Amino acid sequence: MFDLVILATLLGLGYFFGRYYESRHYKSIFRREAEYRNILVVASRIPPVTEKPNASLLVMGSVVISVDYFKRFLASLRSLIGGRVISYESLLDRARREAVLRMKKQASTMGADKIFNIKYETASISKNARGGIGSIEVLAYGTAFIPVKS
Amino acid sequence: MIISNMEIIPGKRIQEHLGLVQGSTVRTKHLGRDLMAGIKNIFGGELLGYTELLQEAREEAVNRMKQQAASVGANAVLNVRFSTSSVTQGAAELFAYGTAVILE
Repeated sequence: MFDLVILATLLGLGYFFGRYYESRHYKSIFRREAEYRNILVVASRIPPVTEKPNASLLVMGSVVISVDYFKRFLASLRSLIGGRVISYESLLDRARREAVLRMKKQASTMGADKIFNIKYETASISKNARGGIGSIEVLAYGTAFIPVKS
Repeated sequence: MIISNMEIIPGKRIQEHLGLVQGSTVRTKHLGRDLMAGIKNIFGGELLGYTELLQEAREEAVNRMKQQAASVGANAVLNVRFSTSSVTQGAAELFAYGTAVILE
């Protein structure tokens, strides 16, 4: 009985705080994506020959983000029957977008306006959550071009 | 030293190719951060301690790669890649590698 109360409390805390943090994070992501829209991010390996940068440098952004208790519980239920795990999709989406935003922020402080050859690297860093992906790290990196000042 | 994850640098020609250079570091978190992360695992959200830890470690790996490149006489490292692997529970290896070249 006592165990059930603890479980219910954890689920409740996870549900409300998780929802709150997620909606706050998404708001901040939308705001900053609009702010950094002037920086182009391109996945092509070779830049067009017309590009004449002043300098090119490596920029990167990374974030470690954790899923809440409620969503982890949902995912463990889902793993019984298999199928699409919706509760983890928003976690990965948030982490990727946040990493790209941090990379863009670094590029904009350097005065760059384009980032080429962007790569993502995802790692699950917490093994303590009974084999589940408790928290993930996403790294985004690319080469920023600083335009020639005429 | 120019560090880039592209194979070429626009406007510069590669004069000499010096082979692969790499740098790596293994880091583990401390107990306080681990505790905080455990709490955060209930509420969800960003684990700032871990983000900082991994950022520092990655800088360290890049610095080691730069040192190695400097010691072979390169002035740029191209086609840089990052890789992360967890060695044991709670410890992560961060690895950076690239091609050392001499640019004109």
